[in-house]
Amino acid sequence: MRARLGFLGVNAALALLAALTLFPLAWMISASLMAPGEANNYPPPLLPTSATLENYRVLFAEHGLVRQVFNSLLISLFATLLSLAFNLSAGYAFAKLRFWGRERIFRLLLGALVIPAQITMMPLFFMLKRMGLVNTTPGVLVPWLASVVGIYLVREYARSIPDELLEAARMDGAGEGRIFLKVVLPLLKPIMVTLAVLAFMLSWNDFMWPLVVLTDREMQTLPVALATLSREHVQDVELMMAGAVITVLPVLLIFFALQRYYMQGLLAGSVKG
Amino acid sequence: MGREGEVASELLGAFERENPGLRVRVEQLPFTAAHEKLLTAYAGDATPDIAQMGNTWLPEFVALDAVVPLDDRLRASAQVDLADFDPGIVATNVIEGRQYGVPWYVDTRVLFYRRDLLAQAGFDAPPRDWDEWLRMQVAVKQRVGPDRYAVLLPLNEYEQLVALWLQQGEPLLRDGNRFGNFRSAGFAHALEFYLSMFERHLAPPVTNNDVANVWNEFARGYFSFFITGPWQIGELKRRLPPELQSSWMTAPLPGPHGPGASSAGGCSLAIFRRSTRMDAAWKLVEFLSRPAVQQEFYRLSGNLPARRSAWAAPALAHDPYARAFRDQLDRVRPIPQVPEWERIATELRLVMEMVVRGDIPKARVAQEMDARADLILEKRRWMLERRAHR
Amino acid sequence: MKPRQAAWLFVAPALLAIAVFFVVPVAAALVMSGTDFDIYALADLRNVRFIWLDNYLQLLQRPLFWQALLNTLFFVVVGVPLSVAVSLVAALLLNSPLALFKGFHRTALFVPVVATLAAVAVTWRFLLHTRYGLLNYGLSSLGFSPIDWLGNPRWAMPAIMLLSVWKNFGYNMIILLAGLQAIPGEQYEAARLDGAGPLAVLRHITIPALGPMLLMVSILTMAAHFQLFAEPYMMTQGGPAQRTVTVLYLMYEEGFKWWSLGTGSAVAFVLFLFMFGFTVLQVTVSRRWGTA
Repeated sequence: MRARLGFLGVNAALALLAALTLFPLAWMISASLMAPGEANNYPPPLLPTSATLENYRVLFAEHGLVRQVFNSLLISLFATLLSLAFNLSAGYAFAKLRFWGRERIFRLLLGALVIPAQITMMPLFFMLKRMGLVNTTPGVLVPWLASVVGIYLVREYARSIPDELLEAARMDGAGEGRIFLKVVLPLLKPIMVTLAVLAFMLSWNDFMWPLVVLTDREMQTLPVALATLSREHVQDVELMMAGAVITVLPVLLIFFALQRYYMQGLLAGSVKG
Repeated sequence: MGREGEVASELLGAFERENPGLRVRVEQLPFTAAHEKLLTAYAGDATPDIAQMGNTWLPEFVALDAVVPLDDRLRASAQVDLADFDPGIVATNVIEGRQYGVPWYVDTRVLFYRRDLLAQAGFDAPPRDWDEWLRMQVAVKQRVGPDRYAVLLPLNEYEQLVALWLQQGEPLLRDGNRFGNFRSAGFAHALEFYLSMFERHLAPPVTNNDVANVWNEFARGYFSFFITGPWQIGELKRRLPPELQSSWMTAPLPGPHGPGASSAGGCSLAIFRRSTRMDAAWKLVEFLSRPAVQQEFYRLSGNLPARRSAWAAPALAHDPYARAFRDQLDRVRPIPQVPEWERIATELRLVMEMVVRGDIPKARVAQEMDARADLILEKRRWMLERRAHR
Repeated sequence: MKPRQAAWLFVAPALLAIAVFFVVPVAAALVMSGTDFDIYALADLRNVRFIWLDNYLQLLQRPLFWQALLNTLFFVVVGVPLSVAVSLVAALLLNSPLALFKGFHRTALFVPVVATLAAVAVTWRFLLHTRYGLLNYGLSSLGFSPIDWLGNPRWAMPAIMLLSVWKNFGYNMIILLAGLQAIPGEQYEAARLDGAGPLAVLRHITIPALGPMLLMVSILTMAAHFQLFAEPYMMTQGGPAQRTVTVLYLMYEEGFKWWSLGTGSAVAFVLFLFMFGFTVLQVTVSRRWGTA
């Protein structure tokens, strides 16, 4: 009897928690399909009386949101590629190659994690302005070049590569670049996927830096454009919900497809400190 | 900006047809963020060729050397004649003797009111001075009960209080705009009147965000008076139900003793220094200054033309709602022509919100505001002094 | 090429990027916080004055600064324990041997973490609407009177906290779940044989075993909470009555709205000091209690 109660309690609590958690997202989708003005009623409707894609049409046709979808995709793809290029090589070197001050430099990098990145925003803005990079795609990408967490993730993973393998390759006369490309990278594939998923999602969801550095609407990313739109269209709930769905959909799809890699990155990355 | 942006795209079709080589890209900005966004654009080297700019913002962009003077172009132009504009408005575009903007539309704040609710309270004409206005508000409030109010003074806007202060005929900043002038008799007078409307529960202590839909609430009689600009004429015509269309009207802003002044606002067109297409930008200024185009703009957006000859259009000349504005435009005063004003006014808004919510006592407002204004103006004083020594 | 030189070639791009775009700006920010760098200085660098600590001193005299600090501390001090507690409960439920559909539930509870903040903030703004929001509708059907979530100075920050807990608890849940799974089953078995109830097990076995992990999770959560910005930017713009102006929001307004980059940098350093101080405090306290 007692076991039965426990079973019911645990599962009811879980189901309730999951329902509460999913509800806002479900409502977002539902409201995005409502006719304009429909959501502002009492009692508030849960489902559209007749679902319509009109809001999506308005967003793309009248507000030209295609442009921002494109911007976001471009920026996140570049951020992913840059993150891979910079962090894979550095993480591997920190794990497997010997050079002067390796441990000391790495400790310094970890120590820098306590400094919130927002401190750099104002000087960085001024620097980029001097370089003519404000309001450009390279300007938004600057923070994604290399990251301490990224280097850390790769380093942790790369440490499991047996030294004998690298030595054997060196014996065969392979250069370091060739070893990295032909021997190391294939072994790093899982962490590459993790890193790519993390970089794509984080850069897609990033808000403050794009808000600061992309001043022109034509250059904005989806989250920033959504913020701007929602200030102009406070009353158009259904339209904003359509915008919200478009904004979250890509990250959610990637997450569902590559969840395993994402979780591994999360667990490995959080053990820092 | 706001609706103007959406409407401007419609106007520009004609411009593009006349000038086949030119394409105009309009960037709309929400009005509340427009000033911020233009400054950001300046800081981020992303200024457009031409912008519609609040008259109050122009000094800032001149100080930053972000916009170019238009005197030479104006002299050479066959199309734009500044004599055809309201002198009070033209003056807001002159900084240190040079003309930086061409007024596009004018904006001042007048009283919008519910005729029917006022009549039910026993008044058949709008108020002319503060005392009368207050009496009407009290009468209205008595009729509508505790859940509705007489007047809307949104806590996230400072324009209403500033307009009341301008009516006092005092400068808002003193000593050549070097210091705040909040410890003046005029500000005390305006503040007292403004706050009394909250103290007597004639005005709800809310922001526009809380009201959500001003038109619905005006229709519901949540308030009977509000102080706002000309774009609301079009909005109210479009959004109020037909049975209420004869129930609202506009009136000049009541002053302390008879019809009072209001702020000289509006937007001007300015050309940015970074523009690489200044000639084309000027062509657009000329196009938008045409009386016919200004009339069309009025028809589309409800914004009042800056150009006087545009007012001859029947749609405007016979519009009863526009009359109060025409009348008010003869009694407008400019707000201080310094870049820091925007920030000082924002501080004023924040302090007022705190006073109304009871966070700071009203007796401290003048001192507090002067302290904040003086701090904000410190850099300006230093720069002026340095220039004087050179 | 020798391995040693190659090593430098491998790390140089990353180190260079970090040096140029992180280390240099941090140092520059420190210098900037000692100047009156503003929009005039962006136009012409001759308009900069070195004013040493004046920005910091002026901040101390500004009510808004204290308000921002207070708002942020409130969000941290109430929000972090709340968030970690919800994460722990969720992790315990998921770890229970009785739970069904664990994979599904884990994913469902985690989804808000990956959802774009801007999108969910807009959604929540409508869910929290006084008249048409589903939250108030739900409350009213339980007999509560409607709350003006985002318009009432007292409720705005709790409303943002609600969103924040919803959005973030899944992250810590996953970490704590991994910690729970690492606790050897024999410990539970032994406790059960001693006749300990579920609460006693939680207190004497689970929590102590999770100790280091709870500390780490709360430090990470705290750092994130100190950096609250997008939620107030999207939902309240710092209002009502500036009750949702956070330190970072103040920095944004100073730096990128009013272009007082000097003051903004000073605010950023104050934020850093607070984050650092709280982390040290937390580590010291938990050392003393012997949980870490």
